Amino acid sequence: MKTKIKPSTFPLGGIHPRSLGFNTMDNEIKNADLPHFVSIPLSQHIGVPANAVVKPGDIVKTGDVIGESSGFVSVNIHSSVPGKVLEIKKGYSAIGSMTEMVVIEFEGELNMSRTGKSPVKWKDMSCEDIIKKIKDMGIVGLGGATFPTHIKYSVPSDKKITELVINAVECEPYLSADYRVMLEKIDDMLIGIEIAKKLLNVKNVYIGIEDDKPEAIQKISEAVSNIEGIEVVDLQHKYPQGGEKQLIKAILGREVPSGGLPLDVGVVVSNVGTIVAVKEAVVDGKPLTERVVTVTGSIVKNPGNYKIKIGTMIKDVLAEVGLIEDPGKIVMGGPMMGLAQYNDEMPVTKGTSGILVLSKKQAKAYHHAPCVRCGKCISVCPMGLDPTLLCTSIELDRAEKAIEQGQNDCIECGCCSYTCPSQKHLAQTIKLGKLRQIARRKGEA
Amino acid sequence: MAQDNSLLISSSPHIRTKDKLPVVMWSVVIALIPAGVWSYFVFGISAIITIGVSVGAAVLTELIINLLIGKRITVINGSAFLTGLLIAYNLPASAGGHLPIYIPIAASVFAIAVIKLAFGGLGQNWMNPALGGRIFVFFAWTRLMTSGWAAPMSPDVVSSATPLAALKFNAGTLPTHLDLFLGKTSGCIGEVSAAALILGGVFLIIRKIVNWEIPVFYILTTAILAWIFGGLNASTPALFTGDPLYHILSGGLMLGAIFMATDWVTSPMLFKGRVLFAVGCGIITVLIRLTGRNVEGVSFAIVLMNIAVPLIDRLFRLGIFGTPGKEKKA
Repeated sequence: MKTKIKPSTFPLGGIHPRSLGFNTMDNEIKNADLPHFVSIPLSQHIGVPANAVVKPGDIVKTGDVIGESSGFVSVNIHSSVPGKVLEIKKGYSAIGSMTEMVVIEFEGELNMSRTGKSPVKWKDMSCEDIIKKIKDMGIVGLGGATFPTHIKYSVPSDKKITELVINAVECEPYLSADYRVMLEKIDDMLIGIEIAKKLLNVKNVYIGIEDDKPEAIQKISEAVSNIEGIEVVDLQHKYPQGGEKQLIKAILGREVPSGGLPLDVGVVVSNVGTIVAVKEAVVDGKPLTERVVTVTGSIVKNPGNYKIKIGTMIKDVLAEVGLIEDPGKIVMGGPMMGLAQYNDEMPVTKGTSGILVLSKKQAKAYHHAPCVRCGKCISVCPMGLDPTLLCTSIELDRAEKAIEQGQNDCIECGCCSYTCPSQKHLAQTIKLGKLRQIARRKGEA
Repeated sequence: MAQDNSLLISSSPHIRTKDKLPVVMWSVVIALIPAGVWSYFVFGISAIITIGVSVGAAVLTELIINLLIGKRITVINGSAFLTGLLIAYNLPASAGGHLPIYIPIAASVFAIAVIKLAFGGLGQNWMNPALGGRIFVFFAWTRLMTSGWAAPMSPDVVSSATPLAALKFNAGTLPTHLDLFLGKTSGCIGEVSAAALILGGVFLIIRKIVNWEIPVFYILTTAILAWIFGGLNASTPALFTGDPLYHILSGGLMLGAIFMATDWVTSPMLFKGRVLFAVGCGIITVLIRLTGRNVEGVSFAIVLMNIAVPLIDRLFRLGIFGTPGKEKKA
């Protein structure tokens, strides 16, 4: 046995959110019931929405392209079920923006219309072909940001990537989708890593896992023990370690410059789920039409990790898992950064890592008291900001001052709001400041 | 798609800590209970009456002003209760009954109305309200506030002197260290028992409600300076002959260092600032105790450092992640 050194972590701030008393880490991934209808948004990624290439009445098979990427920062959207296109309508997606959605009624048999049945020999493919495949298969970052993966892996020629970091931290409380994926699909993950290594031309890969997941650390460490260049890094459990800036700092000790990207310090960070999706796209020719989602909450009868077809409505998912009482709040994502939904007719998208259902009692509006200068928000901020000062600047509409004080460095992790004894809406106010800045810029343009 | 009005929509994060303001305030009140109970055994029922009047006046003042200016009722958060309690703990236990009842009332009304609410209420006051109220009555009724101390365990008898006065003016007999630690001395209602105050302080530090650095550095600075210079008042003056233990166990140091200097609103927000603040408090306390006209200096030391807090906070700022220079450690 090696001598155990203290696991590393990011140095600045961070919290240990309290547990609400439910844990889905030991629930194996289950296939969710097939939906009768799916409603697939054509914008599920950062960038330009895809263009609809089907019309009402068309018959589609699983995996057929229904939305074609319309630019570099865009990916294809595929049908997640076989059936008939009912309509193409405008509606709000889970992130709150208006987008076109393709509504498909399930009909027929669920079999994939794959291009090649036997695994593709990806090692013979050129990097350009692999990148194209990733784009065509609609792969985006599954951690939540939904940044198109083909762009992340197309490194500008003036940048040199030296390390690939696999984000297996999943620091949002109560979410366990990534954890199950890495336990159940280690082989796929390793192939995915090889593909990413080839595309990025890197030798060193670090898989960051927090020490509250000892089983994953042990299994993956064993699996990579014979592979050169891949190292499992044991990290101290702390939120928000899954933030890429925090993860890079924790693993490599490098600081991504303010306003910069991981590229600037020679690093690409990919989520475990994304890496597995890359493998499935490139080797199995499988488009991104389903994903693992943690469905949890104290009023959920059967919480767990479900593989859900993209476009399935929340209400169908909740009907399957069963609720003890009427929900008070439905959150897409985790409790710290997830988005509250205004009804249960929202479809699951590529960016949905969790569905968290809070009871009426847990869902309460917080009435904030004045700041009492306790300084807790400053000490938990992983970006070294002064949230209460920043919040005051934004409340007083001193936009220039707020930007000077680092408004745009905020990663919106919510640690400040979580920890504030006065329950001030600190993170919320900073987000508002950012939105106002965007609105002002649009006004000027 | 109709909006489902039964669902709450709000921006993330969707969970919050349980340690919200009222919980924090009432926890501090709980931490002060041992010292209050002890005061009953040492000074009798008069101590409890003073505490009751002081707390009642503080809460009532806040309630009336809330109603008058039509703001939200803030009494429930416990901060006025806590201020009233701390004021009472800082008032002398007088021999032969409690202080004239107008003294705790005046202190509480001044603390809440002038020092806290006139500046904008909780979070906006630059001076610790309890100390402000205490200093106000100290100057307004100096004689009542500095004489006629009740002797411990027999509160009807006038004590010859408080421990610090005994030390300073070589008057009366000095109590033993053990008596000081347990609180068998004369003094203010809540300050006499170091043991009871440390008990409450440990509870608050474990609960992460007060930080450890202010009490520790404050007490440490006072001890070191008292040891170096404390002997200069003796008949044969010499450096390094002071009695640090006597200094830290007597007077209001424990009460001030644990419960007053650590007040969130009026202390610095970051570690380094807090250390500077605490060391400053220690220096001024020892200066007043050894060379000043007053016997005790804790209240003045904390209030003087309260004034410096905005400057201290400006001095120590964290560097933003990803920007060069400046150290980055909370």
